[in-house]
Amino acid sequence: MIATESLSKRYPRVTALDRLSVDITPGVTGLVGANGAGKSTLIKILLGLSPATEGSARVLGLDVATQGAEIRERVGYMPEHDCLPPDVSATEFVVHMARMSGLPPAAARERTADTLRHVGLYEERYRPMGGYSTGMKQRVKLAQALVHDPHLVLLDEPTNGLDPVGRDEMLALIRRVHTDFGISVLVTSHLLGELERTCDHVVVIDGGRLLRSSSTEEFTQATGSLAVEVTDTDACPDGTSALLAALAAAGLETRPAGRAADGSPASGRVLLVDVAGESTYDIVRDAVADLGLGLVRMEQRRHRIAEVFRDDDGEHPAATGQAPAPAWGADWRKASGTDREQQNGGTVDAA
Amino acid sequence: MPPETRTTAASGRQQGAAPDVIHNIGYRTYDGPRLGRGYARRSLYAQSLRGAYGLGRSAKSKVMPMILFGVMCLPAAIVVAVAVSTKMNKLPMEYTRYAIWLQLVIGLYLAAQAPQSVSRDLRFRTVPLYFSRPIERVDYVVAKFAAMASALFVLTATPLLILYVGALLAKMDFAVQTKGFAYGLASVTLLSLFYAGIGLVVAALTPRRGFGVAAVIAVLTIPYGAVSTIQNIALASDNIRAVEWLGLFSPITLIDGVQTAFLSATSAFPDGHGPGTGAGTVYLLVVLALIAGSYGLLMRRYRKAGL
Repeated sequence: MIATESLSKRYPRVTALDRLSVDITPGVTGLVGANGAGKSTLIKILLGLSPATEGSARVLGLDVATQGAEIRERVGYMPEHDCLPPDVSATEFVVHMARMSGLPPAAARERTADTLRHVGLYEERYRPMGGYSTGMKQRVKLAQALVHDPHLVLLDEPTNGLDPVGRDEMLALIRRVHTDFGISVLVTSHLLGELERTCDHVVVIDGGRLLRSSSTEEFTQATGSLAVEVTDTDACPDGTSALLAALAAAGLETRPAGRAADGSPASGRVLLVDVAGESTYDIVRDAVADLGLGLVRMEQRRHRIAEVFRDDDGEHPAATGQAPAPAWGADWRKASGTDREQQNGGTVDAA
Repeated sequence: MPPETRTTAASGRQQGAAPDVIHNIGYRTYDGPRLGRGYARRSLYAQSLRGAYGLGRSAKSKVMPMILFGVMCLPAAIVVAVAVSTKMNKLPMEYTRYAIWLQLVIGLYLAAQAPQSVSRDLRFRTVPLYFSRPIERVDYVVAKFAAMASALFVLTATPLLILYVGALLAKMDFAVQTKGFAYGLASVTLLSLFYAGIGLVVAALTPRRGFGVAAVIAVLTIPYGAVSTIQNIALASDNIRAVEWLGLFSPITLIDGVQTAFLSATSAFPDGHGPGTGAGTVYLLVVLALIAGSYGLLMRRYRKAGL
């Protein structure tokens, strides 16, 4: 779908993209980066609107430098900002945009009706867009990107400004764009949790450089660590520290989970144990049994995409110039205990 | 969100397509023609031209252009009516003079419609949507420019057509009237291109429509007022040459100068002291340079307005 080869974009004072090489396959791909990471510069180059300083990029097998018009005919783009004139109806607007993409008048009208129905706009599509809610506006913006049946859509922050329900609906819609419509999607976001649910593949860029590009499963795979929580007994008034001592004596790398990123106090009682092998589970079990403690839970910890970023207070991998994905599993405080995946009841599947 | 799309399509098939099943056809791909840049540019031109008369827009936005169009045509109809009923053998006014005479109406029309054409796209940030499609900056600028010029041409040429048809109905001399009409058309063509350029450049400077309207009116009327005043002072001090050259500094006097020199029009300059052929050439060059310049400025304006 998209392939870039040491793509760079330099402005007189800023380097927006720095030798970026990624290969994006069909499916839903998330593009993650903080503001100013180079996301919109990349989109601009991919649409053939801005020449790269060096390197090359191909979209749908077409060269962005020379075949921009052909690319834009087959690609849809949904901008991050508002782009809807308030005094026309969604139907008129999308029909006009369809014609701007080269669809003949009759086809433009037919596809507009279809597309607006698919994004979930019904009777209100005949009303001026000035009266629409944010959710409806986002749908119209998505519709205008899909109306010419592109092979690929570039969605820039499609969930911006939506409430949780609207966000879930938009994410489901994006998923459907791929599964039902067969259109590949490149979606940018700075909310990592969203991308886990929607994307097959995640590309993380920062400061114009590629931090990581891998499938969502790899991002969220089991990390080889075990969260253990035990009760206190009369014999051991502080069961957690007793177990910590016992496990350390048994030669396991163990530490308290500390306070979770979301500040949930319960996580102060959770120990994290590095899994060295199958025997680790037995050692933990035996240690708990020997101490006579009640085992509240023992579960596998999974990484979340958020962990590829370190704490917000500046220890950003790229900022310190480290190689890609150095923070893999480094930040335990971010492994919050609230994640749904973690509540699988301690199923120990050797991952 | 329609959750039913795929499932009903699938179950419809499973039931062996019973005759009363409502088929939800799900997502349909488009394999038809994609007509590309040229078609998109023509569509944008047509949409902008219709929009300049409020067609395809709300009823409210039709009011202003239609009233101005009526005001523009009414005097021509009256002139024709008088000429026919009193059996004149020549129209009481020249074709070339008509637009100069009604310059205020043309100015108001331009002030209302040029911001409508370009400011809205800037203000509501629709421009990036255009440029993410096959059309490019040059297509957008050319389409908008051509649409505005065409709208002005319709506004200024229609009354001339009324005059011409009326003159022929009154059985005036065919050759003389046709020549006058042709000169009139040449003059309003130049005026349409020139005014469209000025109006769009000024309007594209600001995404605020109100500012655009005020700025266009200011650009058209303030220089005219200043030039007329100074011309009259120059005339009073017998400086005929100054009168001739001062016309270079306001839009409508530029057009007046060109048509006085080349289209055998009677000048509206004080005491009829319009430029001769020599000065007229300068006038023409200035007008053409300003048209080209406004095109260039628009191209520059939209270089930054992309994504």
